[in-house]
Amino acid sequence: MFKLILWALPWVLRIARWRSPEFRERLTERNMVVQIRTADSSAGRYIVFQDGGIRSGAGIYDNSTVELIFKTAAIGAKLLMPPIDQLEQIDALKNFLVRLEGPDDDGVWFAQTVMAGMSAGWRVGRKMPDGTTRLCTMTNGGPLFVYVREGKIIRTTPIEFDTDDPESWSIEARGKVFTPPRSGALSPHAMNWKSMVYAPNRLQYPMKRVDFDPNGERNVQNRGVSGYERISWDEALDIVSSEIQRMKRDYGTGAIASSNGSHHNWGNIGYYLSAKLRFMNAVGTTEVHHNPDSWEGWYWGALHHWGGSLRVGGGELFGTIEDCLENAEMVVFWSSNPEATGGVYGGQEGTVRRRWLRDLDIELVHIDPYYNDTAQFLGGKWISPRPTTSPALALAIAHVWITEGLYDKEYVEARTKGFDAWRDYILGVEDGVAKSPEWQGSETGVPAKDVRALARKWGSKRTYLAVGGMGNTFGGACRNTNGTQWTRTMVCLMGMQGLGKPGVNVGNLQLGVPLDFSFYFPGYADGGISGDLNNTALATALYQRMPQLPTMNPSTQLIPRLRLPEAIIDGHAEGFLWDARTMEGQFSKIVYPKQGHAKVHMLYRYGTAILGTLNDANRYVAMYRSPNLEFVVNQSIWNEGDVEFSDVILPACTNLEREDIGEWANAGGYGAHFNSQINHRIIAYQAKCIEPVGESRSDYDIFSALACRLGLGSYYTEGMRELDWVKRMFDASDLPKHISWKKFLERGYFVVPSEKPEHRPPTAYRWFAEGRKKDLPEAMPLPGDYTEQFLEGLQTQSGKFEFESSSLKRYAPDDPERPLIVKYTPSWESSNTPGLEGYPLQLMTPHSRYSFHTQGDGKDSFLNDIADHRMLVDDHYYWVLRLNPQDAAARGIKTGDLVKVFNGRGAVLCAALLTERLRAGVAQGYESSAVYEPMGEPGRSVDRGGCLNLLSPRRSQIKNSHSMANGTAMVEVVVWDGDISFERTEPLTDRQAVAAEAVE
Amino acid sequence: MNKWNLIVDVAECTNCSLCTLAVQDEHVGNEFPGYAAEMPKHGHHWIEIERRERGQGTMVDVAYVPTMCQHCDDAPCVAAAQNGGAYKRPDGIVIIDPEKSKGQKQIAEACPYNAVYWNEERDIPQHWLFDAHLLDTGWKEPRCVSVCPTKALRAIKVDDAQMQEMVKVEELESLRPDLVTKPRVHYKNLWRYNSSFIAGTVSVERGGIVDCLEDAQVALKQENKAICTLQSDGYGDFKIDRLEVDSGVYLLEVSAPGYASETREVTLGESVNLGEIRLTSPG
Repeated sequence: MFKLILWALPWVLRIARWRSPEFRERLTERNMVVQIRTADSSAGRYIVFQDGGIRSGAGIYDNSTVELIFKTAAIGAKLLMPPIDQLEQIDALKNFLVRLEGPDDDGVWFAQTVMAGMSAGWRVGRKMPDGTTRLCTMTNGGPLFVYVREGKIIRTTPIEFDTDDPESWSIEARGKVFTPPRSGALSPHAMNWKSMVYAPNRLQYPMKRVDFDPNGERNVQNRGVSGYERISWDEALDIVSSEIQRMKRDYGTGAIASSNGSHHNWGNIGYYLSAKLRFMNAVGTTEVHHNPDSWEGWYWGALHHWGGSLRVGGGELFGTIEDCLENAEMVVFWSSNPEATGGVYGGQEGTVRRRWLRDLDIELVHIDPYYNDTAQFLGGKWISPRPTTSPALALAIAHVWITEGLYDKEYVEARTKGFDAWRDYILGVEDGVAKSPEWQGSETGVPAKDVRALARKWGSKRTYLAVGGMGNTFGGACRNTNGTQWTRTMVCLMGMQGLGKPGVNVGNLQLGVPLDFSFYFPGYADGGISGDLNNTALATALYQRMPQLPTMNPSTQLIPRLRLPEAIIDGHAEGFLWDARTMEGQFSKIVYPKQGHAKVHMLYRYGTAILGTLNDANRYVAMYRSPNLEFVVNQSIWNEGDVEFSDVILPACTNLEREDIGEWANAGGYGAHFNSQINHRIIAYQAKCIEPVGESRSDYDIFSALACRLGLGSYYTEGMRELDWVKRMFDASDLPKHISWKKFLERGYFVVPSEKPEHRPPTAYRWFAEGRKKDLPEAMPLPGDYTEQFLEGLQTQSGKFEFESSSLKRYAPDDPERPLIVKYTPSWESSNTPGLEGYPLQLMTPHSRYSFHTQGDGKDSFLNDIADHRMLVDDHYYWVLRLNPQDAAARGIKTGDLVKVFNGRGAVLCAALLTERLRAGVAQGYESSAVYEPMGEPGRSVDRGGCLNLLSPRRSQIKNSHSMANGTAMVEVVVWDGDISFERTEPLTDRQAVAAEAVE
Repeated sequence: MNKWNLIVDVAECTNCSLCTLAVQDEHVGNEFPGYAAEMPKHGHHWIEIERRERGQGTMVDVAYVPTMCQHCDDAPCVAAAQNGGAYKRPDGIVIIDPEKSKGQKQIAEACPYNAVYWNEERDIPQHWLFDAHLLDTGWKEPRCVSVCPTKALRAIKVDDAQMQEMVKVEELESLRPDLVTKPRVHYKNLWRYNSSFIAGTVSVERGGIVDCLEDAQVALKQENKAICTLQSDGYGDFKIDRLEVDSGVYLLEVSAPGYASETREVTLGESVNLGEIRLTSPG
């Protein structure tokens, strides 16, 4: 049998060679002899690849290039005989029953050639009448049809469904029937990809810093200043792989840190939690451990009242769209601007659903210092508190409810714990200060009468609280200095009003679309090809369906991401774990360096630029220029942000230039049921639309090439190309039950059929409000985390909604920053903060509307022409800073003026836009500029790229957390006088801050 | 004969800019012979979204108006063109021929809507051509319409009588009624953009506590003629909208049983928020 299979193999390749010009082309890449044999050479066959041709013979070849060796003929027959059993293959590989010997890259080439032979007949895309081919891709802002002709992208459009796509769901509410459009509603940044793919700052070939010599003078102090020279891929890969080896040889495991942005190009194969994690584990690296980015206040705050650790402190979501439309009389949007960010990844799919609020005349309120995009679209009462003060407003609302009896006393009695303590605090029993509407006025600037009017309406109407960008979590004020206070007050208000009763819940119609979640398709955090059973959901979500060689990072050392500069510059950093499995996960402290582990001397940067997205970003500028970092490699698509602070640059391609597969907004365990933002579950075959631009290569291809240089090539690739992994994931999902591979490749997408209305899950928290066991289709909290019976009660220790938190009582009962009941403490950075007198304006830096993190911005992209995104002044596209006309007049600023926004941490040039949408004293500009453009020496000059995160505080929201407080900062704004210099006055790192305090 | 029309609903536009991005995606880097030459990557806004903020304090609103070639039936650009540089198609669409219009800057200058752009490099006028090149190959609607998430843009192909009926039923207007160019782009809820409002908030003091006053009577008069009467809402707020900009002097009276009335004289320019109007008990 073994011999028969070996005899057949060359024939498979010959047939592919006959059928496919691409395969013929591939065969010309290498000349080699592959010997396949048993370990004792009793059976064997060799294949000769020569000048594009294939020859084969039985027996043993004398001097073969590569040998594929099976322990016995029986094992060989079992492993090679179709259908291939992946688990058997993995087991055989783990037990070294099969080995690949010879140069790694030749071995991988041979294995991938065999795979290419299998796929030679596949046809991708649909031919259109105008001669284009319609392909499909998926982005962070929705799926696209990509029309390609002669290797060039002609146009990109939203997906419009075919008539034979499954029927859409409908919702009946108050006598009306609502059903979504049969197409995908994109985010602006999704309609921008053509300009991003063909951007002038695409990295076209590998580069090396001109004054960097890996064998001599490295000149690390010149990072960010000296230029680059083109080098070959071979040279680049040689430098990077030998630096990896040198780090391990000279310092030990963990001397290499790997760091990526929070989001990458969409796709389950090429993602950072997939291809990149697989490589970093294979090599052994110190993980730069992420903070719960944009969920800060929820994870470190609200969690302790209502649980929800597996949703990073956010709430349940099922059924809330139907319940809101049917039962709610009022919706209070509180720091909730879903129209700006589309939730997260949600395109503008939620817009039509919020439009239905208007159709039903449901009363709306918007609480936000900025008259935001959602308020603009929907209308309603606008209440504008000063940034960071709205916890005081919330307390005053509770005060009205308590003093006027406008809350659900039965619910509070039966379902909650510790209300008396909070009530006493609000009434002033504890500290002699009643938290009344009049009391909050001096903090928030909101008239007491408005607070009373709102509280009375809210207390007497069935009300949805739309809190944060996703309605029950994410963004907005949770990113402020006192984000934990804000989220805590928000959920406590709902605890008083009967969370889960009809029409009383959290949501903004962004999450909770009635889709069929039982259809299996994995999200991006479900492991992908990472092989990582510990740090992704692979073990619980994917491995059983898609076995793969496991990977384990030999280094368990972590660096808290927000302290990466401290780790490098100070050589010491501390933080806390983001371990969402339990409420207590966050109490574990991270200390770097870990005992006995190597300090980090090399940084592998990958993915999107970070200077625009991380707080007090000048710290990173200083880090890159620290002598403690001996080598920095950056693998990136565009030359922007911090790319030019590296020694070697590896050009990666976009996901329009490689194959992948992914579902719109399905983040897997990273954000459970995120795809419930989308009106239909849409899974895309993400086609390779065009060849990679210039010499750029896919991330997987780059990692494979490096792995080959480290002898890890066959381990890393399992002999697979990206396309083969895509097919493997297709087969692992429920897709084959509904659509053939051939049809999927042709159509490019699949719409998951909706469930029948009677099969839809019940409404979030209804079970809790009614005192029943949890009846929602979600395995959270963990079974062992219930207190009494499985499925009985919330994740909290008491199983009740806890106004007074048991988990905080156990961990740090006397922490003044995070007391057991939520209290209002004015922000540690506000107009009253000593030392900040020179910076009287409160700058809000919310998530950007038109771009997504640093994706979409800069790159000379189409977004530059959107006046609310960037403004053209003197031939440069400046980031926009919004100012109230009063503040502008006091400073002599007009719309279109170049203004310097600055504080003791940095200085940024922006174009001013005067607007009444902000209260006086408040400025607004988005965070997440992709462009960092210091006008002089990096760190010591004005940035004209628009990185407003240069101005945000270094400090964590609260000490016992690993959190950013980059939603606001105190700044001054002046008309720019042309001076490009800037001198920092704040300490740069934790150690420097301690030293400065000691001097004082 | 059925002809193309575009309907723009100002109340639905959120400034998401997908329409403008779709135009760039379609035309930057692409040549459509007979229809359009490549669009410059930046600076041309064949669809442009105008912004208007109204009001002050916490009584503000913002309207966005997508503007573009109006595909006028009496098109000044067509009149100004020579040698067929711009022409009207039987389906209502105006085409500026990318070859024949070369050098004819007057075509761009003739447009009173400033919707025709001059391409310096190519020496031609350019505009949003209703995606005629796509409609002619079977596309059902222009791309700006299919990307619009709120259906603020709708394209319909009907005969002119039907369109006139729609104009009446849906209260559609021209972008610039002062121009008699017979545009084929029709605007709905344009008052959100081009009218003014008078707003304020009514409060009372009871026992040392200031509260919003709901259901206060708010009456607006001009030269003793009643313009509008309404009640304040639960926040004491009122907003009298759809007044003409710069429409002169108004008298506003706020009254409620048990309180002395308050009056305000308003010379209306742009929208105005009168702020808090406190009613007090007589004596």
